[in-house]
Amino acid sequence: MRSLLAVYRREILSYATTPTAYVFVAVFLFAIGLFTFQVGGFFAERRADLSGFFAFHPWLFMVFLPAVAMRLWSEEARSGALELLLTLPAPTWALVAGKFLAAWTIAAIALALTTPLWITVNLLGDPDNAAILTGYIASLLMAGAYIAIGSAMSALTPSQVVAFVLAVLAAFLLTALGLPMVSDFATPFVGGAVAEALTRFSILHHFDAAQRGVIELRSIYYFGSLAILFLGYTWLAIDARRGG
Amino acid sequence: MLLEVDGLSKSFGRRAAVDDISFAVDVGEVVGFLGPNGAGKTTTMRMIAGYLEPDAGRVRVFNIDVAEDRARAQHRVGYLPEGAPLYGEMTPWTFLRFIAEARGMPKDAARHAVSRAAQDARLGDSIERTIETLSKGYRRRVGLAAALLHDPLLLVLDEPTDGLDPNQRQAVRDLIRRLGKERGLLLSTHSLEEVAAVCTRAIVIHEGRIVADAPPAKLAEGHADGLEGAFRALTGGAETVQ
Repeated sequence: MRSLLAVYRREILSYATTPTAYVFVAVFLFAIGLFTFQVGGFFAERRADLSGFFAFHPWLFMVFLPAVAMRLWSEEARSGALELLLTLPAPTWALVAGKFLAAWTIAAIALALTTPLWITVNLLGDPDNAAILTGYIASLLMAGAYIAIGSAMSALTPSQVVAFVLAVLAAFLLTALGLPMVSDFATPFVGGAVAEALTRFSILHHFDAAQRGVIELRSIYYFGSLAILFLGYTWLAIDARRGG
Repeated sequence: MLLEVDGLSKSFGRRAAVDDISFAVDVGEVVGFLGPNGAGKTTTMRMIAGYLEPDAGRVRVFNIDVAEDRARAQHRVGYLPEGAPLYGEMTPWTFLRFIAEARGMPKDAARHAVSRAAQDARLGDSIERTIETLSKGYRRRVGLAAALLHDPLLLVLDEPTDGLDPNQRQAVRDLIRRLGKERGLLLSTHSLEEVAAVCTRAIVIHEGRIVADAPPAKLAEGHADGLEGAFRALTGGAETVQ
């Protein structure tokens, strides 16, 4: 546990002392603002809710969070510091968890910085605050899944760029499976039942469900399992390096 | 015995990097690990430190099998990886605090350990500057301090003086000599003069196998140019020289 906390603190310090995290959070905030107001038509809707805001989260997270997570392991492998970490008497899972939690904290900070929007809709009208809170919780859980994907891809390669591209690709596949466009396209090939099952397996499907104001246990399980699956994979990939 | 290495082997693909190596290190010994590049020195040290898993054979640190109980063995080894990788954006102080806490030390103990190791490694007043702005010699000393944090009896140092200027080299050698009195040390190096200066024993490794294991003075016996001649004769460099 001490090792986990030590790794977590070091990662947070590293995010805080290098400009990348600030740049990514700033770009994310700019992009989410742009999408919500320009593309989502926040004012044109003339409704006091944040559905237009949340709808863009999967698509922005898909690019933004792999960028936050890409350095987690790639940078260690490139600089040789991985050898330092793996010769500490700390279990590999504690290193994986510490790094994941640090990146997730960055995502949480980025999300927290969007709350002025929440305040704004309350000034403009009378929104369903419970639904908005649910949206934030679902968004945070979804962010955890995307970061776990980024961490797994980062464990595969010493190149941050390769890790980023792989993670965006994996995240896109898992998200886009839920688009009607994709399932309509897949139906003639694999049959309606399989296309439907694939849709249910997508991030979009579960995030949309939470968007309707109820966060289902199933969606919590889904995002949790996705994160655990990819973190487990990270663990295996890092431990496999000991085999040479 | 502090360290027992028994029948250790490791291959990468079809190339045998380390091939059936056995030796032991006891308290008070400073063992120099010699050999041409690619002879298997780093691979052997990585297996002792628990970074790589051997294909065959075993490493025991204080009678603890590294493969069976890695974390417990790693608690007892101080390891300086080749090139002393550090986190450039941290200061030596925060870096050492991180290593101490990741090793499981509580906050107070970690602070004490860092102060003591910083003193042992003669880090002085640059401890608050970021690591990437420090000289190579100073960075090496930070790596050494990290290896000393938990006051291990066994130190495994991979090329601790490589790439340092003569003054920095001398400082690190003094430190090694001081540490060697009450600990066991295994250090790899390309500098034969260093072996003569600090080591009580030299192990020469060539193509993954041990070709000599003796005190440096004994190794140099019968060779016109001392250790260097012995090294060339043992590692097959003699033909190219003649």
